Amino acid sequence: MRRDWLHAALLLAPALVLLVSFTHWPAIQTVIDSLWSTPRGRRPSVFVGLANYERLMADPTFRRVMWNNTIYAALTIPASIALALAMALYVQGRIIGRGFLRLAYFTPTVLPLIAVANIWVFFFLPGFGMFEQLRQWVGLSPRNWLGDQSTALYGVTIVTIWAQAGFFMIFYLAALQTIPVALREAAAIEGCPRFTFFRRVTWPLLMPTTLFLSVNATINAFRTVDHLFVMTQGGPNHASNLLLYYIYETGFTFWDTAYAATLTVVMVVILVVVGLGQFFLMDRRVHYK
Amino acid sequence: MSTMPTSDSPFDRALFVTGAWLLALVWILPLAWAIWAAIHPAQFVTRFDPLAPLTTQNFIDAWNAAPFGRYLLNTVMLVTMILSAQLLLCIHAAFAFARLEFPFKNLLFALVLMQLMITPDILLVRNYATVAQLGLLDTILAIGLPYFASAFAIFLLRQTFKTIPKELDEAARIEGVTLLGLIWRVYVPLAKPTILAFALVSVSNHWNNFVWPLIVTSSVNTRPLTVGLSIFATTDSGIEWSIITAATLITSGPLLIGFLLFQRQFVQSFMRAGIK
Repeated sequence: MRRDWLHAALLLAPALVLLVSFTHWPAIQTVIDSLWSTPRGRRPSVFVGLANYERLMADPTFRRVMWNNTIYAALTIPASIALALAMALYVQGRIIGRGFLRLAYFTPTVLPLIAVANIWVFFFLPGFGMFEQLRQWVGLSPRNWLGDQSTALYGVTIVTIWAQAGFFMIFYLAALQTIPVALREAAAIEGCPRFTFFRRVTWPLLMPTTLFLSVNATINAFRTVDHLFVMTQGGPNHASNLLLYYIYETGFTFWDTAYAATLTVVMVVILVVVGLGQFFLMDRRVHYK
Repeated sequence: MSTMPTSDSPFDRALFVTGAWLLALVWILPLAWAIWAAIHPAQFVTRFDPLAPLTTQNFIDAWNAAPFGRYLLNTVMLVTMILSAQLLLCIHAAFAFARLEFPFKNLLFALVLMQLMITPDILLVRNYATVAQLGLLDTILAIGLPYFASAFAIFLLRQTFKTIPKELDEAARIEGVTLLGLIWRVYVPLAKPTILAFALVSVSNHWNNFVWPLIVTSSVNTRPLTVGLSIFATTDSGIEWSIITAATLITSGPLLIGFLLFQRQFVQSFMRAGIK
């Protein structure tokens, strides 16, 4: 089948060249860059071994960013998934205003995160925004949600959950449609309470979807930083800084490309571990068609 | 649809419906407020008076305060270019993976799948250097280039192509159809739903993309809407909220209207595209 080989090479070449140039090669190059120093002015880049990694270990901002990212992941993953499941259960059957409910849940998904971040900034404004109006209503003093070190991270976390829950909902909706109606009817005849049916039948059958969404939500927890640019710029004092935003700052605000490469290596390792986890956790039987 | 279990009390049912509506109202609130603020004069930003006069002035002011027309054009050119390039490259690559036998096929496919984990926008420092070396900084091409070879598109199309019966290949070959003819006249038409699904996902992703375009663009003639909006909204704190919300709606508007018109296709496309 030599002719097949030639055809395959011709069909694949353009895509593979671009793929390697913007994914594989830069990934390898990033590892190499992390072993060299950042060129500054007339001082060229020199090989520094693991010096950048030593700096990483001693960098309190890096520690802070990793901790923030852990909290961010630990909150956004379960909250988005739980809300997505609730949304799917709400709109899967007959309910008043089903079309509107679906629309309301899903709309944040199609809006640019950077644009809706502007709206959310307003909601969080001290003494002026929506939350503040509620607080004033119950007699609490104004609070600068995004400017306060103890709350800024939660502000951006809420926006992420809001933005992705509706997207996750549609996967649960698709999975719920594959659960045979006969099961539900049988349970109804037996007088099985709704919650028991959910816990014993629906939830286990949704497990593959839940796993799939967990992996997606984990990757998103490291990749979704657009709203930081508008809401907090990672501040105050790195209180809401996340890994990808820190990479951006290091690389394009301080132009410290070697250290940015070192941070990128950490990011790549995290994503590869998540990816491999997905591969081993979910084999074929866990996927639905 | 599904029948409800009979053990439901009216009280449970009321609780269920209330929960659904409360959640929906909370979820739509930011957009609803943005629309409210954008179509009323500035003094009604937090005063919800149903008799407040309507206005289009905020949209006119926003449109004149920044070159949104140009940004919109840039975004439309960007998403069109990305989608065309993705389809052109990935349809061919997907066909090779689905139907041809060649050495290292599995290895190459595994390399493709790696991009699902390590996406180009994680490697922004290095990719910026590449684009700079190519002399492409501050061009629309530079924004799109890293996304042209989409692992996601290759994967999705390969799955679809594999479901097409092989008998069609043979029939077409007997008819004397070339390989490219086979791909474009047999496989592509049969994969239309998948292609449409991918197209919607791709367009909305790249319409909304922000960090990479922010890094590689530096002038009005290349900036997409998302970058333009962020510059507009953060440069001067003196801008009225009503104008910022109008600008926000201008940015999201075309996609949002498209979504409202083709809601069902959108949801189904996202579903199809996400199911692996």
